[in-house]
Amino acid sequence: MASLVGSRVERKEDKRFLTGKGRYTADINLANQTYAIFVRSPHARASIKKINIDKALKSSGVVSILTGKEIADDKIGGLIAGWAIRSEDGTEMKCPGNPPLAKDNVNFVGDPVAVVIAESLAEAKEAAEKVEVDYKVLKAVTSTADAMDGDTIHEGIDKNLCFDWLLGDRQKVKEAFDKADKVISIDIINNRLIPNAMEPRACVADYNAASEEITLYTTSQNPHLSRLIMSAFGNVAPEHKLRVVAPDVGGGFGSKINVYNEDIVCSWAAKKINRAIKWVAERSESFLTDIHGRDHVTHAELAVTKDGKFLGFKNETIANLGAYARVFGTVTPTYLFGPCATGVYEIPAAYTNVKAVYTNTAPVDAYRGAGRPEATYTIERLVEKASMELGIDKTELRIKNFPTAFPFKQTLVHTVDSGDYVAGMEKAKQMADYKGFEARRRESEAKGKLRGIGVTSYFEACGIAPSAAVMSLGCGVGLWESAEVRFNPTGQVTVYTGSHSHGQSHQTTFAQIAADELGVPIENIDIVHGDTDKGTFGMGTYGSRSLAVGGIAIVNACKKIVEKGKRVTAKMLEANPEDVEFKDGEFIVSKSNKKKTIGEVAFACYLPGVRDEMKSPLPEGDEPGLKETSFYDPSNFSFPAGTHIAEVEIDPETGHVKLEKYTACDDFGRIINPMVVEGQVHGGLAQGIGQALYENAEYDETGQLMTGSYMDYTMPRADNFPEFNIGYTCTHATTNPLGVKGCGEAGAIAAPPTVMNAVIDALGGQEVTMPATAEKVWKACKNLKKSNSKAA
Amino acid sequence: MKDFNYHSAKDSKEASKLASSSSAFLAGGMTTIPSMKLGLATYKDLIDIKNIKKLSGIKVSGKSVTIGAATKHVEVSNSKDVKKAIPSLSSLAEGIGDPQVRNRGTIGGSIANNDPSADYPSACIALNATIHTNERKIEAAKFFKGMFETALKKGELIEAIEFQIPEKSSYQKHPNPASRYAIVGVYVAKHKGDVNVAVTGAKSCVYNDKEMSKALSGNFSSSSIDGMDLDSSEMNSDMHASADFRANLVVTQAKKAVDAC
Ligand SMILES: Cc1cc2nc3c(=O)[nH]c(=O)nc-3n(C[C@H](O)[C@H](O)[C@H](O)COP(=O)(O)OP(=O)(O)OC[C@H]3O[C@@H](n4cnc5c(N)ncnc54)[C@H](O)[C@@H]3O)c2cc1C
Repeated sequence: MASLVGSRVERKEDKRFLTGKGRYTADINLANQTYAIFVRSPHARASIKKINIDKALKSSGVVSILTGKEIADDKIGGLIAGWAIRSEDGTEMKCPGNPPLAKDNVNFVGDPVAVVIAESLAEAKEAAEKVEVDYKVLKAVTSTADAMDGDTIHEGIDKNLCFDWLLGDRQKVKEAFDKADKVISIDIINNRLIPNAMEPRACVADYNAASEEITLYTTSQNPHLSRLIMSAFGNVAPEHKLRVVAPDVGGGFGSKINVYNEDIVCSWAAKKINRAIKWVAERSESFLTDIHGRDHVTHAELAVTKDGKFLGFKNETIANLGAYARVFGTVTPTYLFGPCATGVYEIPAAYTNVKAVYTNTAPVDAYRGAGRPEATYTIERLVEKASMELGIDKTELRIKNFPTAFPFKQTLVHTVDSGDYVAGMEKAKQMADYKGFEARRRESEAKGKLRGIGVTSYFEACGIAPSAAVMSLGCGVGLWESAEVRFNPTGQVTVYTGSHSHGQSHQTTFAQIAADELGVPIENIDIVHGDTDKGTFGMGTYGSRSLAVGGIAIVNACKKIVEKGKRVTAKMLEANPEDVEFKDGEFIVSKSNKKKTIGEVAFACYLPGVRDEMKSPLPEGDEPGLKETSFYDPSNFSFPAGTHIAEVEIDPETGHVKLEKYTACDDFGRIINPMVVEGQVHGGLAQGIGQALYENAEYDETGQLMTGSYMDYTMPRADNFPEFNIGYTCTHATTNPLGVKGCGEAGAIAAPPTVMNAVIDALGGQEVTMPATAEKVWKACKNLKKSNSKAA
Repeated sequence: MKDFNYHSAKDSKEASKLASSSSAFLAGGMTTIPSMKLGLATYKDLIDIKNIKKLSGIKVSGKSVTIGAATKHVEVSNSKDVKKAIPSLSSLAEGIGDPQVRNRGTIGGSIANNDPSADYPSACIALNATIHTNERKIEAAKFFKGMFETALKKGELIEAIEFQIPEKSSYQKHPNPASRYAIVGVYVAKHKGDVNVAVTGAKSCVYNDKEMSKALSGNFSSSSIDGMDLDSSEMNSDMHASADFRANLVVTQAKKAVDAC
């Protein structure tokens, strides 16, 4: 049987999605359901003086109106930060309470203060307009850079500082800098982004008064985690009385990791009113209240020798957490960021210092790449600047500082098991025709245009997160993954994975893996996920972990099935289990023609005796049935890497940047389905290029979101991109049996510095902040013209 | 969205009879419906004019192209007749918003709305258009009064827009990357006697740039406007573009348009 792993198997989920048969949360309608509308703060910072619901209660169709007072009275807990971070001085991070409905204070525009539940959506909206909230408006803090000088947002949290964290050794770095021939320094901003999943958030909460069970259908990347948090911290219901289902989910990008206010409020309220409640975000609510991403202000320095050897690196970053610290809010700018700060280079001394601050803006949390794009942007902009200042070719300078052997023990945290960075660089250069750039630059010049080329070599740590590694860093829970492989008596297979697909194609790629492991046709394998009633536990999908962690759990569970199958076959065929081999779905007694198919074994496991068997096919010690479970805790992160090269052409008269060429050469380890990987790379690149050239979440000084719709927030479109030139090198991960690394975030990590390096190259080295909009680039072009004419 | 009455008018007469101070005509609905959904506008009556046959269609004569008010952007961009008579007009239509907007939005709705960054108003000015309503004919130069303001009276219905066919013309827009409305759009049209340089997006309302028109009437070459330093004091300034940047774009888009003619 030909192996399915590695082939372009068409996506099993596409028929459903392309014919409108997907079942998203908003598609779910329950009998007798009500509709919720949230009353949200129009102010970025205010105290709530009074809420008057009298008029609203009289509005037609209103079932109930609940506020922060009721939820506090019922002792429903708030939203939490999932990871504890300790400051350099040893103190614990400081997190404010974040009640699901604000009671005393609101801290960003969109912070919910009440929920109106009515018989129809229109009636809920009508009534919500009649809820009168009396606010005392306070001065908002909105700037990341100045947050520590602003008014104190949360009582008791001085300087709005959640933590001041250090990774690395300041003294060693100082010594390295003292020895340097040159110090390259850079001040950069990693712009704030809004994830914009195609499907807005939604939830439908149902309560069964007899079983006392709450069922919550919600747009989540990790239903089991949501249940755990809602139960253990939210006090909504004990876990066995709370079922969380995340059906088809239309994109997450990190924005659907969090348990949100609406999940908790609707679950709690459904029980209170003893009816189902449906809530679907409007797009403008998504802009305001989905978690945002990035938002760092960074000063970084690189100490180098004349001939381009890197000696030391420092990174001083202020990271904006927004109004509250949410699930991955504190780990994103620390453990997902700091350890990757030195990039793909051997840098003997390094540190990263992060001050995480609160502001009166939407909470900032993990967004595709989470921490690694920010880290990569910093080091790769710095290296590019070093190449300009040292006059060393940008690819040569990088190669010069690549590790020469693997495993590559980095200065800060990671030991990278495998890779070949030079091979990736060489291949990328070839794919991009790096040599031909000068000729293309001259062609552009002849047309009055500026052309630039930019390079990025990146690695990332994904497959989060090995417990041992995480615990040694002292930052909380490890993230293993589970799988359950269940045979039906007639031989079809159901695989439950604790990871979650919201665009990642698990239904196809995971089935490919199971088909190869079990020798069962892929049509007979169903991948099930997203329902806490269907599997024991799972950590969900984010951090490019589904395959590198969840996929391995599937492999391991399949291996247990095969082991049992060998024992059963041996018993049935009166052979030694050690003599039974498994290949292509058949258990064969070696050196004989005796064999059983895996289907026959499954049948025998469930229905011993049916086929005139005189004695049980089950060996002593084996129970009936054919189902195995694996909880896989990886031994290390996985480390995809690669080199990307971009070319831009700029019209100096208008500042318009045209992305002419984009080449991505990635090492994702073994590739399960090249078509799916291409889709992941394309999507990641679109988001990364979007960050570099188009997207920006902007608040004014009063904390109003200025880019609250697609009229002002630029989502990139297909015509913004050239045909992507995609290629791979492949070194298998040595830390997992599939040799896989992860591909979901690479594009979003590598593209911003690649594109910006090209833009800045075209602009003669002038810094431009992301996104490189026409006006900013036009101004830089004017400066360039001035300095060129001076030089002449 | 608040409740409203929906009417479908069978002819212009019925449409204008139904109109009141709390009604709107419903053409493509691309402006009206979102404004209602966002609570920015409420109407008691929406009067659908899409079923009025007379309002749709394109007619070309030796001198002019006449487009019915309810003609969709996609119809203008695909029309072979328009492509032949005034290619710049069809490419303007092709550059409006996105396919969904072009499949519903209409030329009449666009100019009645007179958004300061809409594309069609510049075509009307540059191509010396005449706006035919159910009551009268209005010259484009007198039609666009100010931001979202036109010469239309309450209940007055645009029936068609008649564009003069120029010798040469081109429309060049620097789009807002998010919405694709014009940050600045410049429509240059060379007629027998004179040259029009209609500018949209730059100020509160579309206008004909006299200075550039004059320079180009003398010498129809981009060199005659190159480096022109326009007064930016009345230009729009927002997070997408400052007034100075817009002033620069007016000149560069005008130059591009002349070169493309
Ligand atoms: C996402 C988006 C992007 C867009 N991008 C662009 C762009 O790039 N460039 C651009 O120019 N435009 C753009 N538009 C506007 C669009 O092209 C429409 O032309 C515009 O929204 C109005 O046309 P409509 O037919 O939809 O009018 P409607 O919304 O139906 O009506 C608008 C107004 O015009 C009045 N009206 C309509 N027809 C008549 C008539 N015959 N006589 C008198 N009054 C009338 C109505 O009473 C109403 O007040 C965009 C719109 C959207 C939603």
